[in-house]
Amino acid sequence: MTPTPDDCLTRNEWICGAYLSSRREILWDATLQHLQLTFVSVALGLLVAVPLAVAACGRRWAAGPVLGLTTILYTIPSLAMFSILLPVYGLSASLVIAGLVLYSLTLLVRNILAGLRAVPAETRQAARGMGYGPARQLLAVELPLALPAAMAGLRIATVSAVSLVTIGAIVGFGGLGNLIYSGMNTYFRAQVLTASVLCVLIAVAADIALLGVQRALTPWTRPSRRAAA
Amino acid sequence: MNTLAQTWDWLTSSANWSGQDGVWRRLGQHLYLTSVCLAISCAIALPVALVLGHLGRGGALAVNISNAGRAVPTFAVLVLLLLSPIGTWGDWPTIVALVLFAVPPLLTNAYVGMRGVDRDVVRAARGMGMTGPQTLLGVELPLAAPLVLTGLRTAAVQLVATATVAALAGGGGLGRVITAGFQLASTPQVVAGAVLVAALALLVEGVFVAAERYAPRWAGRPAA
Repeated sequence: MTPTPDDCLTRNEWICGAYLSSRREILWDATLQHLQLTFVSVALGLLVAVPLAVAACGRRWAAGPVLGLTTILYTIPSLAMFSILLPVYGLSASLVIAGLVLYSLTLLVRNILAGLRAVPAETRQAARGMGYGPARQLLAVELPLALPAAMAGLRIATVSAVSLVTIGAIVGFGGLGNLIYSGMNTYFRAQVLTASVLCVLIAVAADIALLGVQRALTPWTRPSRRAAA
Repeated sequence: MNTLAQTWDWLTSSANWSGQDGVWRRLGQHLYLTSVCLAISCAIALPVALVLGHLGRGGALAVNISNAGRAVPTFAVLVLLLLSPIGTWGDWPTIVALVLFAVPPLLTNAYVGMRGVDRDVVRAARGMGMTGPQTLLGVELPLAAPLVLTGLRTAAVQLVATATVAALAGGGGLGRVITAGFQLASTPQVVAGAVLVAALALLVEGVFVAAERYAPRWAGRPAA
């Protein structure tokens, strides 16, 4: 622990190349944990949100309770959410994931429901007239048409999840948040800034990637088709 | 459930409510932080959004700022500010971080609300000889009020919820009940703190919903 006097680590500078090269492993592990927590929770959220939204769209009486409940869940602060779930899951990654799933639910259910409701009645009738059963109508007609709104919700949910994962540091599973938390306690500036910047980069990259997925999945929303490749 | 019973005991024992670390003092800090931040955010976001919305410019900017705002973890901003020279200014790191967090929803909602005003109405106001500022304050703002209020509500509720994060960095507020509970390994206290914050957030939400419902007619509710 005796670096050269002219080392940016000893001078505790915000930007430090020596930090990047010497802690590459730690940064990599934290980034991986961050990505994992975000991905798993948003995927689980999506898995729960789609049936909920479909149910709320199909049966009018279900919409109020579903929307009300998910809104209340969103109101609970993240720090509090992780603590409320603590007795159930203990200090574990599942705790952070469970909290994040509950958060993404609100954003996803709202957007998917809005997308499903925007499907024109004529379109539904046309599908029925062509002999589509309820399941096929849902999968082949309604869900694809709800896709743009659903993807918008998915992008917001993902970006929010990336930033919320950092709070998971309070139970030791916060991905890059762990580095920010420990950097705060030791006044380690390079670590805090590097981890924060990585967080934002992950969020931006995820958003762009999802935008690409959206464009690939919804070719009909683009004004004109380019020459066939 | 045992934890719930213990939480109830914690919440109902008066010793936990008084004193330096008591709930009343933390609640006061929480409300102070939230309202100061909300006031500053409004002072920054609303004039910008209203003028941009009136001029019909900078829409992409407003929406992009809002989206980028979601990507920045409040906790990271808070810690960055703490380690910077601002860190020695008491409550200010927390206030700055929370203001940065509350500005995007206010900005976007107010801008969208202003743009949503029927152009014919604006033209009619112009035709009656109203100046730009008169149109903005007398016609567009009242009609945009419901969305501006929605933005205010979103910002207020999120502020109440997010102000807890300040406790992670040693700040005041109800979050301290939670972090103290963590350090004491006292699950009832952690849950009690969480319940208190959630209740406060829901209360604020309720107040705003009521305000919207009973708002005077100028607040843009169509007179049925």
